[in-house]
Amino acid sequence: MLKLEIVTPEAKIYSEDVDMVTLPGVEGEMGIYPMHVPLLTQVAAGEVVALKGGQDFHLAIGEGFVQVTGDRVAIMTDMAIKAEDIDEAKAEEARNRAEARLKEKISDEELATVNAALLNSLAQLKVKRGRRPM
Amino acid sequence: MPSTRDIRRRIKSVKNTAQITKAMQMVASAKMRKAQQSALSGRPYSVLMNEVLASVCQHAGDFTHPLMEKREVTKRALVVISTDKGLCGSLNSNLLREAGRCDAATTIYVTAGRKAAQFVTRTRRKLAAEFTYRDTPMFSEARAISRFVQDMFLKGEVDHVDVLFTNFINVMTQKPEMRTFLPLGETKALDSDVAGESSHSELKGPSFEYLFEPAPTEVFAALLPHYLNFQMYQYLMEAKASEHSARMVAMKNATDNAKQLIKDLTLEYNKMRQASITKELLEITSAAMALG
Repeated sequence: MLKLEIVTPEAKIYSEDVDMVTLPGVEGEMGIYPMHVPLLTQVAAGEVVALKGGQDFHLAIGEGFVQVTGDRVAIMTDMAIKAEDIDEAKAEEARNRAEARLKEKISDEELATVNAALLNSLAQLKVKRGRRPM
Repeated sequence: MPSTRDIRRRIKSVKNTAQITKAMQMVASAKMRKAQQSALSGRPYSVLMNEVLASVCQHAGDFTHPLMEKREVTKRALVVISTDKGLCGSLNSNLLREAGRCDAATTIYVTAGRKAAQFVTRTRRKLAAEFTYRDTPMFSEARAISRFVQDMFLKGEVDHVDVLFTNFINVMTQKPEMRTFLPLGETKALDSDVAGESSHSELKGPSFEYLFEPAPTEVFAALLPHYLNFQMYQYLMEAKASEHSARMVAMKNATDNAKQLIKDLTLEYNKMRQASITKELLEITSAAMALG
């Protein structure tokens, strides 16, 4: 058993025992099983998949950090939304807004913010669309 | 001696004031609840953050980061987090008294909130930048402040950064507190945490040999600024919670005072009215007696 915890500055989004977790690490996707070697790494915006009793749960997360100990995976991120809570229209709109904003001339500071927002919305869209039966 | 009309007018105006302060009290208490709520819900994150940082520091002993560099302090920066508006009792005056204790010659001020900025300009101290933050502090606002002071520190403009904010202890008590922000390593976690939130503390016991990916230095370099940003965010939250509770208490006192005043004035008014009626009756009866 592996305890998966996902927290944002605003709230604790997810805290449950799962069998296995897939994370979007900065150096590529990684799967984590119980008894994984202790690990600290950064995550990119993307999709977290938790496997539990043969069922899989999907979440979209923003960039952040992950701490893995033998029996716990703790993700700290600026955004985390469960797949069923994602509002596709809203995410799409956020993405369009961010893309439009990127075309304008903005400061570096803002660029980073907008980029993060864009990646967050893309992650949400990916989670939502990837799950839909084709 | 004021006339009855004067008193009546005065009662009316005090009533109006009481109404306003009452409304402000309600607004403040609603906002306070929200601020407290958000301060509480951010706690798991900060617990985790501290834990991660602690474990990283343990294993990253053989390298340092520019943000941890300790220098001889010739110039220091002070980040003062105050409120935008007044009417919150002694909150700002307590805070700014602390702020005024710093040596004006070597201290550069960075302010968040209008009251602090006014104080710094009024006392002719050195103001590096003023920031604003909203009623519900945004992480991006905290990040802006934190980035700014990190920049100052890294460029060597200052050698030490403190944050002065009002710590929320409970609804009745708020205390101005000074915390070291930079250099890192002396930073302590907010210890005003409500008891019972230490679910992870037992995990700290055995230390693990961590694997870092991509590399310890890189994780470290990303984690530290983020940690500082988050720390600043928490300070803003604390300051907001303090502000609202202080305002709520101040407004409650104001309302109570106004009510007492209305009571006193009404009593006086009634006495006066009665006196004038008695006088009139007296006049009438004495006139009747004179005629009879």
